[in-house]
Amino acid sequence: MSEKLVNAIADMREEEALALVKEMVESGSDPMAILDSAREAMAIVGQRYDAGNYFLPELMLAGEMLGQITEVVKPELAKSPEIERHGKVLIGTVEGDIHDIGKNIVAFMLDVNGFEVLDLGVDVPSQKFVEAIQDFQPQVVGLSGFLTLAFDAMKETVEAIQAAGLRNKVKIVIGGGQISEDIRKYTGADAYGKDAMVGVSLAKKWIGAE
Amino acid sequence: MEKQLSPDEKLEALWQGKLSPKDPKGNPLPFQSPEAKKAYKERVLRFKDAIEMKKLPDRVPVTIFPSMFPWINAGMTVQEAMYDYGKCAQVFQDFVLEFEPDVHWGAYAPGPGKLYEILDYKLYSWPGHGVAPEHSYQCNEGEYMMADEYDALIQDPSGFFSHVYLPRVFGALGGFRMLPFLPGILEMYGVALNFIPFGLPPVQATYQALFEAGAEALQWIGAIGGADGALATFGFPNILGGFTKAPFDVIGDTLRGTKGIMVDIYRQPDKLIQAMEALTPLMIGLGIANAQQTGNPLIFIPLHKGADGFISDEQFKKFYWPTLKAVMMGLIDAGIVPLPAAEGGYSSRLDVVQDLPKGKTLWMIDLTDMADAKKTLGQNACLLGNVPSAMLNLSTPQEVGDYVKKLIDTTGQDGGLIICNGAFFDQAKAENVKAMVDTAKEYGAYK
Repeated sequence: MSEKLVNAIADMREEEALALVKEMVESGSDPMAILDSAREAMAIVGQRYDAGNYFLPELMLAGEMLGQITEVVKPELAKSPEIERHGKVLIGTVEGDIHDIGKNIVAFMLDVNGFEVLDLGVDVPSQKFVEAIQDFQPQVVGLSGFLTLAFDAMKETVEAIQAAGLRNKVKIVIGGGQISEDIRKYTGADAYGKDAMVGVSLAKKWIGAE
Repeated sequence: MEKQLSPDEKLEALWQGKLSPKDPKGNPLPFQSPEAKKAYKERVLRFKDAIEMKKLPDRVPVTIFPSMFPWINAGMTVQEAMYDYGKCAQVFQDFVLEFEPDVHWGAYAPGPGKLYEILDYKLYSWPGHGVAPEHSYQCNEGEYMMADEYDALIQDPSGFFSHVYLPRVFGALGGFRMLPFLPGILEMYGVALNFIPFGLPPVQATYQALFEAGAEALQWIGAIGGADGALATFGFPNILGGFTKAPFDVIGDTLRGTKGIMVDIYRQPDKLIQAMEALTPLMIGLGIANAQQTGNPLIFIPLHKGADGFISDEQFKKFYWPTLKAVMMGLIDAGIVPLPAAEGGYSSRLDVVQDLPKGKTLWMIDLTDMADAKKTLGQNACLLGNVPSAMLNLSTPQEVGDYVKKLIDTTGQDGGLIICNGAFFDQAKAENVKAMVDTAKEYGAYK
């Protein structure tokens, strides 16, 4: 683990971080150690976001840095990195809605916090959620939606999961611009997340408890 | 030498124009009845007084500012509203006459679907073109301006829009890429070379599409403008003059995109600021042109990427606020009332944005607590809002009414409040929308 690299990434010094990574690769450093530093930095970024010090610019730049570092390190890896995954989260934007930025941030934060995330994308019909639950077997399902039309699509998706006999196998969390506790009750979800970090702590609570 | 009107005089002239409305021929507008004429003037004055914050209006004004609700409530699909202009206009008229808000904002939200087809608009998906018939249009988030194109935008914004950006987002405007560099059309030597592109098929195809789009736009505005005219005769004014945008949102919404602008804050902060400064006079000019065309004093500014949670306080103060404030001050100087809609939450921004001259702006408030907003921003600006979409969908009329009363009690006692929905809604229970309007009228009298 390189503290210098961790700090460069966590402090948003992109050029310095990438230069360090290239230097480390050229001098034969263990590629897994580089990725571990990157993940450690992402955890710090997540904490700072949670604390209200980091916002979208930092999350997005962190994502950019992680992507670039992975590209540089990937050729050096003997095999795919095996990292411990706490649990599985299925996520998608409900049918009729194509907004995805919030969902992408939640998926990113879940991933760096050690969850295996399957992102179904946008405009996802309820049946597709059901099939994905059957195949992927997540413990948590996240439904994202920004428009008022999403309220009904979320309700339908929860009902479809119920009809398939899968409701008690998953915890369902909803999120998006106009979501509230009333909407949560209306849809039948277990919880709503007003931001990405609430989503992550819900996933930790639900999966950790099992 | 003509005397230059002051900003206040220019704005007063616009308001006086609204109080003595004319028909398209320039004759006094023929109202349906003396009651309609009286009600019309009262409604305009009610809004004027609330906004200026010099004296109390007769009661708290109330309005509805929806997105697709008027049409969905009438059992239409959004697709129908976008393709049948006559029906769109008629249903909107019925909506205003049924709910009787003090002012309406026109039937402009659906827009002409056929025009987007003619021009092959790639920036949005709309019913029949990427989204279901009953759903609203949605933006296709992406990078439509590349990271290395800041200099081009800064040096010649119009040229950049013409040659690069518009052809990217409108499939039919590819011919624009071939147009001559206009400041190069000079004197005699070689001047004819500039006009070669206009003889070429791709450019001609683009102009053909533009002629078709123009005809379609005229059809659409005939119907939609007709609704404004008809509603005025019934006593219901539209005081919306048009729109403009915060320079940060111009770049962050549909040029660089959300991810693009957020990383540019770190990778190219100086270029980003330069670009926003280059856009500022253009955004002021856009608002002024709209207001002049319509004769209406309010210019709508949707605020997107500066909301709570998007960027830090420092980033808001450095990147978002300065050029937004400059745009608003430019509009105020031209005798126009900026109407920024603080979509999402603005709790962390109130201290910064309260720095505005008193009685010159109208702020639409969404999730921000109205009582908090009143203590800061609301000391200088009239507040419009903030009944939530969730409440309009799921609560009872009684609960909506109680919320409106609470707003009036906590935020409207000394004026500077207009009751409205907080966010642009497509769906709601009609009885809840009615309760919002009726409660405001019953409870909002200033004693």
